[in-house]
Amino acid sequence: MKFARDTWLIFQRQTQLLLRNPVWVFVGVFQPVMYLLLFAPLLKPALNAPTQAAAYKIFVPGLLVLLAIFGGLFQGFGLIAELRAGVIERSRVTPISRLALLLGRSLRDVVSLMVQAVIITLLALIFDLRVFIGDLLLAYLMLALIALMTSAVSYGVALKVKSEDALAPLMNTVAQPVLLLSGILLPLTFAPGWLQGIANWNPFSWAVDGTRALFAGDLGSDKVWQGLSITAVLAALGVYWAARQFARSVR
Amino acid sequence: MIETRGLRKSFRSRAGRETKTVDAVRGVDLDVAKGEIFGFLGPNGAGKTTTLRMLATLIEPDGGEATIAGADLRKDPAEVRRRIGYVPQGGSTWDESTAREELVLHARMYGISKADAQRRAARALDAFQLTEYADRTCKTYSGGQRRRVEIALGIIHEPKIVFLDEPTTGLDPQSRAHMWDEIRRLRADGMTVFITTHYLDEADALCDRIAIMDNGEVVAEGTPTELKREISGDVVLVGLDLAATPQAAQTLDGEPYVNKLETVDEGGLRLYVDEGATAIPQVLRRLDHAGLELRSIELHRPSLDDVFLTKTGRSLRES
Ligand SMILES: Nc1ncnc2c1ncn2[C@@H]1O[C@H](COP(=O)(O)OP(=O)(O)OP(=O)(O)O)[C@@H](O)[C@H]1O
Ligand SMILES: [Mg+2]
Repeated sequence: MKFARDTWLIFQRQTQLLLRNPVWVFVGVFQPVMYLLLFAPLLKPALNAPTQAAAYKIFVPGLLVLLAIFGGLFQGFGLIAELRAGVIERSRVTPISRLALLLGRSLRDVVSLMVQAVIITLLALIFDLRVFIGDLLLAYLMLALIALMTSAVSYGVALKVKSEDALAPLMNTVAQPVLLLSGILLPLTFAPGWLQGIANWNPFSWAVDGTRALFAGDLGSDKVWQGLSITAVLAALGVYWAARQFARSVR
Repeated sequence: MIETRGLRKSFRSRAGRETKTVDAVRGVDLDVAKGEIFGFLGPNGAGKTTTLRMLATLIEPDGGEATIAGADLRKDPAEVRRRIGYVPQGGSTWDESTAREELVLHARMYGISKADAQRRAARALDAFQLTEYADRTCKTYSGGQRRRVEIALGIIHEPKIVFLDEPTTGLDPQSRAHMWDEIRRLRADGMTVFITTHYLDEADALCDRIAIMDNGEVVAEGTPTELKREISGDVVLVGLDLAATPQAAQTLDGEPYVNKLETVDEGGLRLYVDEGATAIPQVLRRLDHAGLELRSIELHRPSLDDVFLTKTGRSLRES
């Protein structure tokens, strides 16, 4: 009860501050739309897809997972600013739940990702993408879990390194192989065997496959439950680890 | 209200390949009574902030014990948090939110209901004369206004004890005087106030009791008056012509109230006495009697800096 209240308190505050910054809101919506409008048209020939709609079925899930990963991974920068302003220290002298300090922030990130995802899905509908609503909701659950994990990890790392200069290269180093080895932008169907072998060890690859299966309406596919379980476990681990960073001394 | 025994903390820092250990706090014993303004005086790097951060549950001590407002720091930090307020040295407000929002949020972090938090925020804004700026974002505030918001944050939940880390650093003399009044008002409300400072006059004028800290250790503790009395009495500076100085020295040497007498090179005497106020008329009478003309007379009371000087061999003004 106290925990839920504390989380809600932090979530509210963070959301309010986000909405107050119109630039942020604009970028958050504008960027994915650009991907959809400018990058996607190249895909039909590249993917050898029979129709534009078929190309979108492959590309849109990948784009959404991409947004979930990146949206989360770079949240740590905001936290470092808060750390420097003394806001985190001020929160830590109050009896507020440490897990709530993390979860309130991460849930804000999840919700803002959901808003982006809904906008993109609606736009894709215009381009003849068709998804069954139940499958779509499950795909959103997968995205939420990914964003929860990446944002939590980003906050945890931010509390550990405490400086933007260290966080930026670190996050880039993590993000790049994750991105290349997950078949996010282009599926790995055409990849050589060794590359697929490596990708099997990349949890995001499983997440992307699962999301694609859902967008394809293939609810019964093993990829769906595999992707969901892997992301759920990783999200739980990420949240647990990051909350411990909040509980431990800062600085 | 606060009782610490042997509180210790060292930091390990890496410089290149070497790891260096800094003993920031090396065994601090303190006893702070309820309802007093307790001052922690010491130069930069003395370990004031580190001690405060330990007492405020932000960092774990390496050793020692502390009881704060009846709660055990090590066994029950959550209870300590509920009973204290803490205002950090480096600020604690967020540029993009307003003083009112910050106050309401902070009160709610203590589990206070929204309606009550809003009432408390309004009251605090009023008490700290911030109502006029309450709904402007914090980045638009002056340093003094911002500091007042931070202090208001520290006491919004009416803690038994509030820790203020250098509350007046960077304020102009007038704002400082205001801040002193506000801190005294907290005491009048029954709060125990623990402040750190490196201003001698502040420790002297504001604090009921002080601990002087240097290099991680408490080197002296007591009321400002006690501490000053401990080191020596007063000093009377007698200004004389160079020619008249030897004769004056002869005249005053051996007077019962003079503990020690030194001649000043440019002419004049330095008399160490117990009680300057009663010594001065006697000195005047004596010199007048001997037909010696004096140019000036000055009473010098020992300051906390003299205390610091005797305890550490350095002046706080220099360090
Ligand atoms: N996180 C840290 N890592 C390494 N050393 C630290 C850390 N925090 C403090 N120190 C060191 O501990 C010593 C005491 O620092 P502290 O901040 O307590 O001093 P202070 O009395 O508050 O000084 P000031 O008046 O400048 O605020 C200093 O030598 C400082 O460099
Ligand atoms: Mg300090």
